[in-house]
Amino acid sequence: MTERLADFYGTYQSTIGYIGLNGLLALSVYTTLSCGQLALGNAGFMAIGAYAAVLLTMEAHVPFGLSLLAGTLLPALVAVPLGLPVLRLKGVFLAIATIGFGEVVRLSLVNSEAVNGAQGIVAIPQKTSVGLIFAALALAVALLGRLKGSKWGFALEAIREDEPAARTMGIPTGAYKLSMLALGAALAGLAGALEAHFTFMVAPNGFGFDRVVDMLVFAVVGGSGVVFGPVVGAAFLTLLPEVLREVAPMVGIEPGPLRMAVDGLVLLLVILFLPNGIVSLAGVIRARRSGRRPAGGTESTR
Amino acid sequence: MTLLALDTLAKAFGGVRAVDGVSFDVKAGEVHGLIGPNGAGKTTVINLVSGLLRPDGGKIRLEGLEIQALAPHRITACGIARTFQSIRLFPDLSARDNVLVGRHLLRHPSLLARLLGLPSAAAEQREAEEAAAELLRRVGLGGRQGERGGNLSYGEQRRVEIARALASAPKLLLLDEPTAGMNPVEVEAVAELIRKVASEGHAVLLVEHNVRLVMNVCHRITVLNFGRVIAEGSPAEVGAHPDVVAAYLGHAA
Repeated sequence: MTERLADFYGTYQSTIGYIGLNGLLALSVYTTLSCGQLALGNAGFMAIGAYAAVLLTMEAHVPFGLSLLAGTLLPALVAVPLGLPVLRLKGVFLAIATIGFGEVVRLSLVNSEAVNGAQGIVAIPQKTSVGLIFAALALAVALLGRLKGSKWGFALEAIREDEPAARTMGIPTGAYKLSMLALGAALAGLAGALEAHFTFMVAPNGFGFDRVVDMLVFAVVGGSGVVFGPVVGAAFLTLLPEVLREVAPMVGIEPGPLRMAVDGLVLLLVILFLPNGIVSLAGVIRARRSGRRPAGGTESTR
Repeated sequence: MTLLALDTLAKAFGGVRAVDGVSFDVKAGEVHGLIGPNGAGKTTVINLVSGLLRPDGGKIRLEGLEIQALAPHRITACGIARTFQSIRLFPDLSARDNVLVGRHLLRHPSLLARLLGLPSAAAEQREAEEAAAELLRRVGLGGRQGERGGNLSYGEQRRVEIARALASAPKLLLLDEPTAGMNPVEVEAVAELIRKVASEGHAVLLVEHNVRLVMNVCHRITVLNFGRVIAEGSPAEVGAHPDVVAAYLGHAA
């Protein structure tokens, strides 16, 4: 039994690790979404975190913990001067500006000989364990979960629902938005630093626009209204290709195209029928049932 | 004692001088009415005082302190809170949580204590929730605390908005047409609430279309027309002022 478990783990270790990494990345988008800001520079922050940590590990030979810390803090520091001007933008304009930032980071790395350009850096010592990834994820979920329902959590919800009204409530909306951008950057940077020491290599093309779209889709599919929503979304969409790989030969379609089609279908279905994400599924079903049963018990208001 | 002083306040939108050299005072503890025909500049004055708009010229002083250049959240910190003409509750938050947001400035929990889940943070949270519940009771909504903002009736939403504004313990409360769309019974209830709020020591600047309400609850009234003050005084004085009659009813032939 334990042998088979070990076998299973050996085969799927990478997938399990990626569930955690993608969970962190989904949370990094959730932080800004929680105050209503569609900021999509997280692939750039992730790249900064990854490269900073890798260079510290391989060139400066600092302890791994220190590399991780630097990979977390540096993107947050970069987020501040970036956020001061771009957070004045709203909606899709903020999204475009932050995507632009991500591309600037990626292209700078491509054109930088010092970090091996488009080839990237290989033979990074593997220092990240699956346990460490999930410890980081658990910590992030716990911290973000604690904010919910607190003074700060309510301030974020107020900003998301009506920013001018929130300002007249005495909430310094600019400071809140900047803090959440920096927090998201830190989470993305941490995920980048962990990933680089998990997969032996980093390359600029791993931090392209498609990466941040993935993060956003994780958060939207899982549900960005609650902390564990993005984590569930990330787990679901990370496991889906593994399942499809098994299913694809049976239906006679290549796994690659099938994956894209199913991903798109899932996103469409969630947006249409579960606007609050997969995590709201149980609540929706319960509401349907109690709606059909006229004599059913009263729903609690909370 | 003068609480709020507007000094030749001006604001133009393109070529329209919405507020054109407006000066008047609001005294501590009084209910001050701001009336005038549609487009007279009443809401613009409220937006200027609350900081959502920056004046082109003139000064706004609260207890002698110039506030016209401050950000809205700083103005709230100075002691001014407001409601909106079109209700702007947070629809997905409960009535109590809406009021809790309004209490933002009075709350000083420790972030570390909250993140570590210490009892001191829980105690602060309970205290704030109790204060919010008490405010809802004050506006007559004690039994509706858990209801989603968006599910409340129109009149109830107005009351929650007033409770939310009061939650910052303002010296001055700006009410922008609090009875818009209400029936006479609801209007009378709001009048009662405004008197109560004033008796508890909050000055009120009331923008209203309902002339009877204004005449009933205001100690003093300022009348605007085309962005200028055309009359000021007690309800009786203003009601008898020929320019006011002309602005509302048109000139006698």
